[in-house]
Amino acid sequence: MSLKNCVPSLNPMYRLQWENYQEAYVLLYPEGMVKLNGSAGEIMAMVDGKRDVTAIATALSEKFPEAQGIEADIVEFIQHAAEKEWLQLPADAVQAP
Amino acid sequence: METSNINPPLWLLAELTYRCPLQCPYCSNPLKLEGSESELTTAQWIDVFTQAREMGAVQLGLSGGEPLLRKDLAELIREARALGYYSNLITSGIGLNAHKVADFRKSGLDHIQISFQASNEELNTWLSGSRKAIEQKLEMAREIKAQGYPMVLNFVTHKHNLDEVDKIIELCIELKADFVELATCKHYGWAFENRAHLLPTREQLERAEAVTNDYRRQLEAEGNPMQLIFVTPDYYEDVPVACMGGLGEIFLTVTPDGTALPCHSARILPMTFPNVKTTRLDQIWQASDGFMRFRDNAWMKEPCRSCANKTKDRGGCRCQAYMMTGDMYATDPLCSKSPDHHHIEAAVAQAYETKPVAKPILFRNPRNAKALQTL
Ligand code: SF4
Ligand code: SF4
Repeated sequence: MSLKNCVPSLNPMYRLQWENYQEAYVLLYPEGMVKLNGSAGEIMAMVDGKRDVTAIATALSEKFPEAQGIEADIVEFIQHAAEKEWLQLPADAVQAP
Repeated sequence: METSNINPPLWLLAELTYRCPLQCPYCSNPLKLEGSESELTTAQWIDVFTQAREMGAVQLGLSGGEPLLRKDLAELIREARALGYYSNLITSGIGLNAHKVADFRKSGLDHIQISFQASNEELNTWLSGSRKAIEQKLEMAREIKAQGYPMVLNFVTHKHNLDEVDKIIELCIELKADFVELATCKHYGWAFENRAHLLPTREQLERAEAVTNDYRRQLEAEGNPMQLIFVTPDYYEDVPVACMGGLGEIFLTVTPDGTALPCHSARILPMTFPNVKTTRLDQIWQASDGFMRFRDNAWMKEPCRSCANKTKDRGGCRCQAYMMTGDMYATDPLCSKSPDHHHIEAAVAQAYETKPVAKPILFRNPRNAKALQTL
């Protein structure tokens, strides 16, 4: 199974939310917080445990029509976020896209 | 300093009550035991939560004392969730049950931290003053994981339990903790009174840290995500660390009676701190003397004033300086450059004493609190 077809979900250890004061999405966890940069936040916000990576890319290019050819970046970020354990991938997801 | 340069508080620590069923001798709470009469009401707490959230606070610690003694806890959790906080319940586990764990989850509680005194019953009983405590804690830790919360297990470590760090970690693995805090006792409040009983030797600490590092490697090799946090003890450091990430930078503590503090123990300092009952939180944070005084480095004396490290460690802990020297503007005696460093050396020498400590250990209970006040 390629990473593009797998469905990431948020690690239940974290809560994702938009913070007005920081003008950013943040990941909250016990006694701590990670502030996400603009694109990381937008990708994370599309993770709902239902969309696969391709669907996340489609949803983002609909939301941001000016951003084209972003799928490779998204795949890369999802991998990074999985390594950080912000996201969980199904056990059979291949590590290399 | 212009108010616009002041970052908002990210953390609101709500010390809901000083009451507690346990009597840990390492408790950092004030020596005076206050009852429920002076505690903020539910509405007053909600108002504090609301104001801090508007300023940008996002982490909320519900602590004490034992916060479970507040009958309005579920309501406070609900309000906190509605305001968008990530809420952390910091508890001894005494007074918790499966029903409450579920009720709090429903109300929007994000995380529970349970504190343990030790991994074995005998030591836990001696330190906490309760024979049933450990069993209750174990049961509740299992319940918390079963109900899907992230869980932190906190152990305050000291002379009496540092040598069993391996057993503590094993217990945490068994309980499936997500984070384990091995926090070397900080000597404030009751812990300061009991320092001679609690301060470990350097060798004890080094062994414990080495054991912790071994377990880190083992956990990683096994793919176990449990994280071990070893909070190093300051008495064996040569340079202090900035207290609370800088006073008035990140943390805002509100005590049971509404006093706002830049740090949990700052109340002992000979200055006046504002109260949320009479002053708005943004005023408190941005303009009150209690929060402004130590925000920059203008208050410093030598050797801090001309030290290259001053913007990093901010001269260390003001409470420690005050407790040991009687001068809250003094350099933290932990620093090897401090003219008062001999206080630390004497305390450390005591840690190596093999004779039993003459002064009996003081458990945090009303009888001892009264005795201390009449001293
Ligand atoms: S340290 Fe012990 S006595 Fe102090 S508040 Fe915590 S549980 Fe209670
Ligand atoms: S002299 Fe003051 S500023 Fe310099 S290291 Fe020591 S405590 Fe820090």
